[in-house]
Amino acid sequence: MKPWRDERLRPVLAACVTLGFAVGVFAVSFGVTSVSAGASVGQTCVMSLLVFTGASQFAAVSVFGAGGSAASAFGGAALLAARNSVYGLAMAPHLRGSLGRRLVAAQLTIDESTAMAAAQEDESHRVAAFWITGLSVYLFWNVGTLIGALLGSAIDPKVLGLDAAFPAAFLAILWPLLRERRSALAALIGASVCVVLIPFVPVGIPILCAAVGILVGVPSPTVAAPVGFEVQS
Amino acid sequence: MTWTFVFALAAAAYAFKVLGLVLVGDRRLPSVLDRCLALIPAALIAAIVVKDTFSIGQHLQFDARAAGVAAAAVAAWRKAPLIAVIVIGATLTAALRAAT
Repeated sequence: MKPWRDERLRPVLAACVTLGFAVGVFAVSFGVTSVSAGASVGQTCVMSLLVFTGASQFAAVSVFGAGGSAASAFGGAALLAARNSVYGLAMAPHLRGSLGRRLVAAQLTIDESTAMAAAQEDESHRVAAFWITGLSVYLFWNVGTLIGALLGSAIDPKVLGLDAAFPAAFLAILWPLLRERRSALAALIGASVCVVLIPFVPVGIPILCAAVGILVGVPSPTVAAPVGFEVQS
Repeated sequence: MTWTFVFALAAAAYAFKVLGLVLVGDRRLPSVLDRCLALIPAALIAAIVVKDTFSIGQHLQFDARAAGVAAAAVAAWRKAPLIAVIVIGATLTAALRAAT
């Protein structure tokens, strides 16, 4: 059945497209900041078309903008991109079909499409939510990037506070993750390591070092946490 | 930024996506690896937030961004939509800069 013929699916579709639009606004600020960090309009747009994973693109551009090396920009961006393989693992049982179809689905496997799919209870809605969200985010992300990149040479991002739009957007993405105790602890460790290292090591390296926070995942969850290790929730 | 960088990052990003969805598929990873990978967004995004809020290059700096991001944090806590969180953070930062 065509998803848009299903009455129960309409609110899901509306939510997926709205999310795509919100991401498009975010993409405008990516385009502006990427160009002001020294990338060309073409490089900025090709990044959105091919890399298509927002946090990695933002991380790369933010390291370049601060004068960091290509190696540290690449390291941080690639580490952030690694989470998409976890999303792929989560989506794999739901996304069957030909190899070609799965190779296209792979490019759309990002935070938003996985989250919208995970939020559905009905299996067919799950698959529809993944595709609709993935495609609408892809469309809006790239249109938004182009608009931002063209605006970028015309406006000063500091006057509009766009340098604060970055961390604000990241914070909004981070917030729901903090409800889970291990994620909150990983975030606390990551942020602390980063802020302590900033004055002492080259730009971009603190972000890489923040990855030690993931070691919170090493102890098995079935083993009780040691006394004094609890985080208030 | 160079074109080599753009294409290398594109290749790496797509490789990770294909790795999970197509190559690993239904096979399970060791659960310890699974648990650690799941924490990457929290650890790295938190680091990026503090870096972009409190530093310029290698210098720690406390300025209008801190107020903007704090307001954005309140908005995120009140479950405001993504657009509202971004607009609040940027607008307050811009307003404070204009006022000083």
